[in-house]
Amino acid sequence: MAAKKDKQFDPVETLHAIEEKFEMFQILNEEGEIVNKDADPNLSDEELIELMTRMVYTRILDQRSISLNRQGRLGFYAPTAGQEASQLASQFALEKEDFILPGYRDVPQMLFHGLPLSTAFLWSRGHFQGGAIPESVNVFPPQIIIGAQYIQAAGIALGFQKRGTKAVAMTYTGDGGTSQGDFYEGINFAGAYRSPAIFIIQNNQFAISTPREMQTAAKTLAQKGIAAGIPSILVDGMDPLAVYAVTRDARERAINGDGPTLIEALCYRYGPHTMAGDDPTRYRTSETDSEWEKRDPLIRFRTYLEAKGIWNEEKENAVIERAKEEIKEAIKIADAAPKQKVSDFINIMYKGELPYNLQEQLAIYTEKESK
Amino acid sequence: MAQMTMIQAITDALRTELKNDENVLVFGEDVGNNGGVFRATEGLQKEFGEVRVFDTPLAESGIGGLAIGLAFTGFRPVMEIQFFGFLYEVIDSVSGQLARMSFRSAGRFNAPVTIRSPFGGGVATPEMHADSLEGLVASQPGLKVVIPSTPYDAKGLLISAIRDDNPVIFLEHMKLYRSFRQEVPEEEYTIPLGKADVKREGKDLSIITYGAMVHESLKAAEELEKEGFSVEVIDLRTIQPMDIETIIASVEKTNRAMVVQEAQKQAGIAANIVAEITERAILSLEAPVLRVTAPDTIYPFAQGENAWLPNAKDIIETAKKVLTF
Repeated sequence: MAAKKDKQFDPVETLHAIEEKFEMFQILNEEGEIVNKDADPNLSDEELIELMTRMVYTRILDQRSISLNRQGRLGFYAPTAGQEASQLASQFALEKEDFILPGYRDVPQMLFHGLPLSTAFLWSRGHFQGGAIPESVNVFPPQIIIGAQYIQAAGIALGFQKRGTKAVAMTYTGDGGTSQGDFYEGINFAGAYRSPAIFIIQNNQFAISTPREMQTAAKTLAQKGIAAGIPSILVDGMDPLAVYAVTRDARERAINGDGPTLIEALCYRYGPHTMAGDDPTRYRTSETDSEWEKRDPLIRFRTYLEAKGIWNEEKENAVIERAKEEIKEAIKIADAAPKQKVSDFINIMYKGELPYNLQEQLAIYTEKESK
Repeated sequence: MAQMTMIQAITDALRTELKNDENVLVFGEDVGNNGGVFRATEGLQKEFGEVRVFDTPLAESGIGGLAIGLAFTGFRPVMEIQFFGFLYEVIDSVSGQLARMSFRSAGRFNAPVTIRSPFGGGVATPEMHADSLEGLVASQPGLKVVIPSTPYDAKGLLISAIRDDNPVIFLEHMKLYRSFRQEVPEEEYTIPLGKADVKREGKDLSIITYGAMVHESLKAAEELEKEGFSVEVIDLRTIQPMDIETIIASVEKTNRAMVVQEAQKQAGIAANIVAEITERAILSLEAPVLRVTAPDTIYPFAQGENAWLPNAKDIIETAKKVLTF
């Protein structure tokens, strides 16, 4: 007879067994080498160049936005450097009909999904027209409430499902966002209905100042999807090929009726949380910064493309120049936006007839504004 | 015409709109097969299928998020918050998100979402079920708030709420669900949002009220009539936006007014009505505008509630103060 085990049950072992499954998935390593050839999404040269172009463009946009913010020419801005792969390669895996629900740091994805840069600048400045998403662009204005976009993504995905639309809803939050109730409700609802949603966690290691380790006892954030019964994966968020591959895979599953996926993309934000006075030196060391900077998505992708002979300094400089030009142009358009009036605010409060209180206030403000 | 309770009138309104508009979806906790905890959605899933009438996982915030997302894919969601005390779980979706959809998208997006929810005291529910939280949502720009007091109004107002292109909170007083029947047309009809109903005409005093307190006020008015006072009772029906014209016209006629609400006194709807009357008709007033409300405590559920809820007796007492000032 076999010896009786000390314990007939072991919840600790169950936990460890699940956590061990979550290893970081990578295709392109820090040196710009393909380490997982079987998983290579085999993007065409044009596609590889386009993705690199977008990452370079976004890095320049980040630098310029920070400087425009310091000059008082932009308002709210959440820096993006370090997160280009997790942001842009995931969006690159989408189609135009797919819907993006961004957090406030996810402006680059909105731009490449069709939002005019000048509209993004107006949003940053707090101009009401910054929320005026063009009809053909399937994005929401950036969400400020952490996690709210997750439950709304579940709603849009359910809407696509009910209409039989072959499209997905994709949303983003950060490592801190995974502690919110709405994070769990969002992945749980989409899982329960098997709706076509993709939930991305950009784990940039800090929720403002709070380190990832303090958010949760969970070893990975990806494993949180297991509790909701949905496919979940941990990916190198600084590896554009891996981010693209797992997002594309999630999209296929969603379109085929196999429900949502949770993706944790490991990355780092080089800059402050926002430009509103956050000082990262209070909560992280320059050693940690340089550790992550070595894994930079642009450096490794540049190395890879140069080795393929499809990228060079001249090409990169051309992108940089174009970015600077377009930013200048977008600022000009934003500067030309009409001065905001209270009557504008009143007029966009409701669809159809205004309630009596706003009708009265509209009359008062219209009178004041005509003087 | 059929004799209907308020709950039947609500089901009838939902059925009418599910039939009229294929974009109407009805969902919430236990609303499908179970027909809702009060049977407001009885039979609807069977009639319209699981795609259009469906259960949700148990999470109010998630239900709110679902409604927002569904609205963006062109649906006209009618979501249920099982009891309005659970509003706190979904307040971000309601006031933080739905209410500002139009504003934050400069008018591109709107949210034709109706939120139905039972509330109100007198039926011995557990804690956090009966609270009158209408003031909380009425103070949020971007929302409309409707509270019917009769089966007839419930049907016409709910149809209007569903057809409205803005988020509407539709609050159903639990005590009124089955307390009486009324002739309700089987065909569709609407009652415009923002229009009050003068329930009873009078010359000496205007009582402005809504919800279950309409019936307490009518009882009080009958008693007062026996004593020679002619009392007008106005049922607001929509709390936000209010029918300010009807209120002011009545006050200008009677020169005396009071407001009755089931909710606590502090920072409530009644206070706002008093302020509006003061701003617009102070020269018509011959007495202060007084309020009958619940006291400013936490709602004492079940056994304690009858000592706490305002009733006809309280209304008569205050009415006499205003009438004899």
